[in-house]
Amino acid sequence: MHKKTVHEIRDLLRRKEISSVELTKIALERINSIDDRLGAFISVYGEQALEAAKDVDRKIASGEELPDLAGIPTALKDNMNMKGTKTTCASRMLENFVSPYDAGVTERLKENGAVIIGKTNMDEFAMGSSNETSYFKKVRNPYDLERVPGGSSGGSAAAVASGEVYYSLGSDTGGSIRQPAAMCGVVGLKPTYGRVSRYGLVAFASSLDQIGPFTKDVEDCAIVLNAISGKDERDSTSADVKVEDFTKYLNRDIRGMRIGMPVEFFGEGISEDVRKIIIDAVEVFKSQGAEVKEISLPMSRYALEVYYILASSEASSNLARFDGIRYGYRAESYSDAVDIYTKSRSQGFGDEVKRRIMLGTYALSAGYYDAYYKKALQIRTLIINEFKEAYKNVDIILSPTSPTTAFKLGEKINDPLSMYLSDIYTVPVNIAGIPAISIPAGLSNGLPVGLQLMGNYFEEGTLLKAAHAFERATEHHRIRPSI
Amino acid sequence: MSVSIKDVEYVAKLARLEFSEKEKVKFTEELNSILKYVEKLSEVDTSGVEPAIGAYPMYNALREDEISPSLDREEILKNAPDKQDGYFKVPKVID
Amino acid sequence: MDFEVIIGLEVHAELSTNTKIYCGCTTEFGGEQNTHCCPVCLGLPGSLPVLNKKVVDYAIKAGLALNCDINRLTHMARKNYFYPDTPKNYQITQDETPLCRDGYIEIETEGGLKKIGIQRIHIEEDAGKNVHMEDSSYVDYNRAGVPLIEIVSKPDMRSPKEARMYLEKLKAILQYTGVSDVKMEEGSLRCDANISIRPEGSNEFGTKVEVKNMNSFRAVERALEYEAKRQMEAYERGEKIIQETRRWDEGRGETVTMRSKEEAHDYRYFPEPDMIYLSVDDEWIESIRKSLPELPDARRRRYINEFGLPEYDSEILTSSKKLADFFEECVNEGGRPKEISNWIMGEILRTLKDRSMEIEDIKFAPGHLVKLVSLVDKGTISGTIAKKVFKDMFETGEDPEKIVKEKGLVQVSDEGAIRELINKVLDENPQSVADFKAGKTKAMGFIVGQVMKASKGKANPQIVNKILTEELNKR
Ligand SMILES: [Zn+2]
Repeated sequence: MHKKTVHEIRDLLRRKEISSVELTKIALERINSIDDRLGAFISVYGEQALEAAKDVDRKIASGEELPDLAGIPTALKDNMNMKGTKTTCASRMLENFVSPYDAGVTERLKENGAVIIGKTNMDEFAMGSSNETSYFKKVRNPYDLERVPGGSSGGSAAAVASGEVYYSLGSDTGGSIRQPAAMCGVVGLKPTYGRVSRYGLVAFASSLDQIGPFTKDVEDCAIVLNAISGKDERDSTSADVKVEDFTKYLNRDIRGMRIGMPVEFFGEGISEDVRKIIIDAVEVFKSQGAEVKEISLPMSRYALEVYYILASSEASSNLARFDGIRYGYRAESYSDAVDIYTKSRSQGFGDEVKRRIMLGTYALSAGYYDAYYKKALQIRTLIINEFKEAYKNVDIILSPTSPTTAFKLGEKINDPLSMYLSDIYTVPVNIAGIPAISIPAGLSNGLPVGLQLMGNYFEEGTLLKAAHAFERATEHHRIRPSI
Repeated sequence: MSVSIKDVEYVAKLARLEFSEKEKVKFTEELNSILKYVEKLSEVDTSGVEPAIGAYPMYNALREDEISPSLDREEILKNAPDKQDGYFKVPKVID
Repeated sequence: MDFEVIIGLEVHAELSTNTKIYCGCTTEFGGEQNTHCCPVCLGLPGSLPVLNKKVVDYAIKAGLALNCDINRLTHMARKNYFYPDTPKNYQITQDETPLCRDGYIEIETEGGLKKIGIQRIHIEEDAGKNVHMEDSSYVDYNRAGVPLIEIVSKPDMRSPKEARMYLEKLKAILQYTGVSDVKMEEGSLRCDANISIRPEGSNEFGTKVEVKNMNSFRAVERALEYEAKRQMEAYERGEKIIQETRRWDEGRGETVTMRSKEEAHDYRYFPEPDMIYLSVDDEWIESIRKSLPELPDARRRRYINEFGLPEYDSEILTSSKKLADFFEECVNEGGRPKEISNWIMGEILRTLKDRSMEIEDIKFAPGHLVKLVSLVDKGTISGTIAKKVFKDMFETGEDPEKIVKEKGLVQVSDEGAIRELINKVLDENPQSVADFKAGKTKAMGFIVGQVMKASKGKANPQIVNKILTEELNKR
């Protein structure tokens, strides 16, 4: 059962071949049996989930017509607020923080009858690409427990790949959905900036953060995206763009679709096995009638640098509120108010978070703003313009999601720069604010490789159309890890 | 541009973080290597380029001046590390 | 040596909106601590700000009333600093793009009308409140997120008196537009000053000193007088004036160095990424311009032209919208402008000041004042009695006619009765009569006084004079 997709489960529920309570019990049992090895969950709310499941079952029994997601177990990355439960951001700082409110996406899922089973592990405050910066525990890759699941939404990716839940939500600031989706062999979508409400998502970098789904296949991705998209009046940056039914992009012909392959995304740093699998994927698109051409996005070479300035600067300010006064960790001993701040923050945050706060504070400080922050915003303009220009000639842009497959635990944790490089293909998308999806493209040495498709603003439909065509022509999305 | 231990101390103070001497050395090195990396940005000619505040320009998210309910005080203070008589409590602050 | 004093003011005014600037919590003053808060104004993780449209309306209204240009495209910014009353440890304010800029206020100086420039007006959020006790501080976030405008003047004032006049005019204008309560006591109007001196004739600016903690206009003037003197004396002793922030100590009547902050201010301003551009078009601005009421300067000119009031009266009456409204209602009810003005500037303002009350605290209606004046005009009561009636009316808010009737204060003009009273007084004071007859005219005054006293002030003085002369001549 745990290997099934959301659409398969939905049909079983509708045909009353299984109940939501049964599904929930299966999910809880699965978590119980594998999560001490996997480490995907920070908290599990079994009783609450069963209550929600019972509620859905009652509605099914009474013949009510229910949304697609009704009764299906899911999980939220632990940086999304759910009233009455902990939102830890995998940090000692928020170890005991109980949220008094629901995030926009939490409300949406509840309205859709979702059974939220728990909160997933992540890199501390979403800062990391391997999930090793979690204060609580590491998440392991379901394909190889000695390897990382990617990050920062590693828990959400591993939970779906291993079948603990049928879909999950993650957040993506520089690749934090797509990179772990690639490494765990699932579908991960980062929607257009503004497509999904950020209200209640603990901000890492406000101008880059976006919530999106992890699913086993593209159809599921469309279903979850339907549920979470749309304007939220409580998020000023949420876009007032009409939400279509994304499932209408499934099973469509892609003949004549123009696909661009940017040379900069296939340069040095990409591992040979990844390159090979991506080239094979390109052939699949060609055989479906798509027109593939080489393009160039020279400004994207600066995206990672721009990202580290912008994301760190915004983070340095976003994380200032964690000071031990109103909520969160407070140091045990301190001399005065300033000391509460300094000690609580120094003890409450891990090294990677401190590193980014330091970089961001420096980049914004007197005398450096123009050289770093402003410069980065200007290059952001150039990157945006370059993508806009590119989309005059292509419908989607194709690349590997990450230059390598999942690396070993501990391999990069002491080398921040090499860790940062694993986001090199995903970061340009966040800088531009465009949507991108990572889909399974096959295994290399038993490890999943992700294919990234990038679309123009609010063109998630085009991405789903292409991704679904690829899925129909291949079997990669049916591969499941043996855990 | 490169940073010294003194710079790291200044930035740490701004960010309300403190480090041991050993950590200061480590953070100085790491910051320098990241700064050296991002130095590449200075290659790009950005004269006359408008900074992109946000992914794409958006205008006017405004709310009407209508009261919505506040949280109960119990909820407001629930996560407070120290509180008294409905207040958040901190060591005496000198203005 | 002669010095020139250079003053610039930064005024924070709380806007009279129903809700906070970025969330729907009430701005009501005086709620129980930490009851007007939500995830947004508490800065809970994940919460996001959404701008209150009324705040923009009010800030534009203030900007137009202060002759500013309105910035068509602005973006909020974060000002980063750690302080327990600041929930997010940054304030959402405006930096490079204030909503309004380049305005001015006109003040009436001895040298004539003077324009004081306004550099900028921007919108921002207020902080919470720290209550300091012996060992600890207690934080209440009810005020956190209450909308403010900060009005920054150009360094155009040349004396503490000009600074006070600027503040009075600014307060009047904000009050006229209705955007703020402008109550310094409740903290809805706050003022910080920058002051420097330079030798007369010099073109360079001296070192600026910031002065804080002035809780009234009078305090601003006193603090600046003190600070100007302190700087001049330091200059003459050859001391260097240091750039610093000083606090006005009202009790000691001096400014003192504030405990210097541990680090130089490095606020790390950057565009608020949780918010988007604010674009204001002509239509929006024009609709606000149309809603502007007549402002103090225009009203003052009208009082001079339309009512023939002296410059002085017009200035005082229009200094507060409520005072001017009261005056005009009296005139609308048929009061003669100059007479009403005399009453307001005399009895009314004096009584209000004695009791530290505001015009809006007055219990009686404008019509009552008009009636009181007409009672004097008609001879029903004397001017002296009118002042007594006014006191009663002020206390109780009752109709003056009713007071006059109930207390039997109607003036006696009955010649027979007055004659009888006069003869009685003359009979009782033969010496005074004799003195008068001997040419001592002063005695007349004494006799009149005695007659008035005997009538309890109610005798019509003109008739008393007439009959007394007749009766004295008979004797
Ligand atoms: Zn609030």
